[in-house]
Amino acid sequence: MELYINMALLTLLAAITLAIITQRDLFSVVILASIYSFLIASVMIVLDAVDVAMTEASVGAGISTVVLIGTLYLTGQNTELRSHRAIFVPSFVALTTGGMLVWGSAGLPAFGVQDAPVHTHVAPTYLLESIPETGVPNVVTSVLADYRGFDTFGETTVIFTAGIGVMLLLGARRKRKRSGNVENQT
Amino acid sequence: MKLDVILRVTTKAILPFILLFALYVHFHGDFGPGGGFQAGVIAAGMVILYAIVFGVEAAQRVVPQWLVSAMVPIGVLVYGGTGVISFIFGANYLDYSILAHDPKHGHHLGILLVEAGVITTVAGTMTAIFYAFVQRGR
Repeated sequence: MELYINMALLTLLAAITLAIITQRDLFSVVILASIYSFLIASVMIVLDAVDVAMTEASVGAGISTVVLIGTLYLTGQNTELRSHRAIFVPSFVALTTGGMLVWGSAGLPAFGVQDAPVHTHVAPTYLLESIPETGVPNVVTSVLADYRGFDTFGETTVIFTAGIGVMLLLGARRKRKRSGNVENQT
Repeated sequence: MKLDVILRVTTKAILPFILLFALYVHFHGDFGPGGGFQAGVIAAGMVILYAIVFGVEAAQRVVPQWLVSAMVPIGVLVYGGTGVISFIFGANYLDYSILAHDPKHGHHLGILLVEAGVITTVAGTMTAIFYAFVQRGR
């Protein structure tokens, strides 16, 4: 059953990717990217990574779609201009990177194998000792907020920095609104 | 801008449930999937949906700009402050065992405080980014 769900989801992903590549209308690209995010979220649910699926659905399909549509509205640019420059270098870079990633994936341990390095290093300690040590049944939460508290603090600071940056670049026009409008008109 | 009546009524009906789901994801993060980050994004999504359907002025009457701007640093301060408290009581930075008499309760409390910081910053930042984009277009 899971195999067929995976096959259906991955086929849809490939179809959406092809549609994004061929599409010239940027509004359609944004909507297709939102659908892509929802499909990836479904793949994550099949892989039992519900936390990641939630994040992908809310950030990838929700917030970033809204922000991208806002960008299209602000710039007024709705169709991608046909570029007449040579596509040799970009396609070479893309194909080389993709080829190296596929080549590298051949060296990975098989999917879900028990003695893969990720499952033998610190994961057993977390799984065995997180409930006796922290009393939190969800190991993901105890790793994120407790064992890896410094990392999550760093992530929160990154979000803080991103918010401050966007507010400085786009917002903070309140006080100069009048003069700004006059400047725009001249 | 007046949108379709069905859209407005449906939005009004589901808004409280979106916020309730965000709070569930936040406070149930110890037991089920989710946590401060996801809950913050869902809560911001509620504000954004309200702003899209009813206009930004209406949304800013409920969630004013100053509150959103304040939430962005307050969350980081709550997170860092939790670490400083455990520092003051003689443990390592962000070691929650010291926060309560029973170390397990301390860990519970610490995770709750830290996640509260995360949800505050994330919800504030996402809404602030949306407000910044929308106000730019006026």
